[in-house]
Amino acid sequence: MATRVGMEVSIAAAEAVKQANVDVIAAYPITPQTHIVEHLSEVVNNGELDAEFIPVESEHSAMSVCTGSSAAGARSFTCTSSQGLALMSEIVYITSSLRLPILMLLANRSLSGPLSIWNDHTDVMSIRDCGWIQVFVENGQEVYDHVFIGYRVAEDRNVLLPFMVNLDGFVLTHVIEPIEFLDQEIVDRYLPPYQPKYSLHPDHPVTMGAFATPALYTETKKAQTESLTEAMPYVLKAWQEFGDMTGRYYHPVETYKTEGAKVVLVTQGSLSETATLAIDSLQGAGEPVGLVKIRLWRPFPFEEFKEAVAGADLVVVMDRAISYGGPGGPLASEIRSALYAQEKRPRIVNFIAGIAGRDVAPEDFVHMIQQAQERPGEWYELYGVRE
Amino acid sequence: MIEIRLHGRGGQGAVTSAELLALAAIKEGKYAQAFPSFGPERRGAPVVAYCRISEEQIKVRAAIDRPDIVLVLDPSILRLVDVSNGLKADGILVTNTRFSPEEIKKELGFTTPVATVNASRIAREVIGLPITNTTMLGALLKAADVMDKEALIDPLKERFGRIAEKNINAFRRAYEETVIS
Repeated sequence: MATRVGMEVSIAAAEAVKQANVDVIAAYPITPQTHIVEHLSEVVNNGELDAEFIPVESEHSAMSVCTGSSAAGARSFTCTSSQGLALMSEIVYITSSLRLPILMLLANRSLSGPLSIWNDHTDVMSIRDCGWIQVFVENGQEVYDHVFIGYRVAEDRNVLLPFMVNLDGFVLTHVIEPIEFLDQEIVDRYLPPYQPKYSLHPDHPVTMGAFATPALYTETKKAQTESLTEAMPYVLKAWQEFGDMTGRYYHPVETYKTEGAKVVLVTQGSLSETATLAIDSLQGAGEPVGLVKIRLWRPFPFEEFKEAVAGADLVVVMDRAISYGGPGGPLASEIRSALYAQEKRPRIVNFIAGIAGRDVAPEDFVHMIQQAQERPGEWYELYGVRE
Repeated sequence: MIEIRLHGRGGQGAVTSAELLALAAIKEGKYAQAFPSFGPERRGAPVVAYCRISEEQIKVRAAIDRPDIVLVLDPSILRLVDVSNGLKADGILVTNTRFSPEEIKKELGFTTPVATVNASRIAREVIGLPITNTTMLGALLKAADVMDKEALIDPLKERFGRIAEKNINAFRRAYEETVIS
């Protein structure tokens, strides 16, 4: 096993972007993404990475620069959080419809208002339907790994879609922890230089981002949604090959002690690791409780999810965003859809917890599971509200 | 797993102390986590930082509510913040103060063991600044079995470069002068 190096997760993420040998970086600083971009600006300034670092005046411009440079064949990178994502969202939708393999690290932070710099998933959920491949990671190692995996999937000619890695702001970005680095030679083998299928060049003019009349728009959108659904096998392939190379295997849906579990907790992101401690303590007390973690958010792994909760009578979903006036949280909505047509459908209870940086300790997961077991019916609740 | 909560004032380097401990532990092949209390930091205001050290991968991502060790970098914090909140019964409070452990225990009603050192004085004399982060690490390693004190020397050298020697001297002197009761 390679040596583990102690490092802030943001710095490790920036080092991965360097090792991925990107051509263009365009970003605007916003808490808690700042350290990633600051370190990249140093890396480019020091001559450690031969890339264009374009310090733009807004996130809207950051994504516009990445879109333009990616269309011209450059491996392009950006990184943002919260309001930054909200500001760039207009272009985020265009990038995927142009089939441009940009990588974005999204250091998840709540959206205003009230103004908050802390972590939850309201930012990513606001652009859920943007057409990007979207994954959640749990720790610094997974952030580092998914920079390479992201480009590998995005640039696959069978995919050609932008890739978003969701890492929890502060909870991951500002933590020093051990990271196992890959040798450059291994990275280069896994991630060869980007060979665009189509690119903008004055000598070979092509049209990208054209106007579509009603006669064409629907067909274009059908092709786009199919492209995302059909990306699944290539995501799996990239994970498999990464695992074969490093011993770290990733899956769209990951389970923890779900064998024989009658109650399944469902989480996303860095709180999944904390949740495993709650599962350990409940199983220690003889409770048949397991954990299912949704790593791949888009394309949503419906079949893998159904299989993971097949034996459960109760599914407790923890969301970290609210769909105001709707059915609770966005993850629970997806899970209800996934299970609706099942003949034997488990009861689904939804908690919205850990919003805007409110801590969720192992005991909190235990409380949520106990509440869901005790109170019948299907409902959702904001957990831990002081009244 | 050892859980350490550090209290200081913004600018005194509590976060750096937590980081140095984690880096030293990781260098020794252990697992560790260091992180600040997340939020807008203000110079001079009370701040908290956290460090976990374990032989196994650390899964918890919440703040430390029940520390094994509390490290206080600034004596004035003792009377401002409930630093011993949640401290385990068999834990220890390590503080920068000119008073003895007995005096601190009596004044503040601490029931756990207390270790004291006059880190402000050491830092002023050795480093030339009342920045106590590296000094208090010496006290911490004397007061509690966290790691060998030599494990911290490389991380101190890497972090402080040309001013590393002064910091190492302050660290070593605090180790010698720390009193536990």
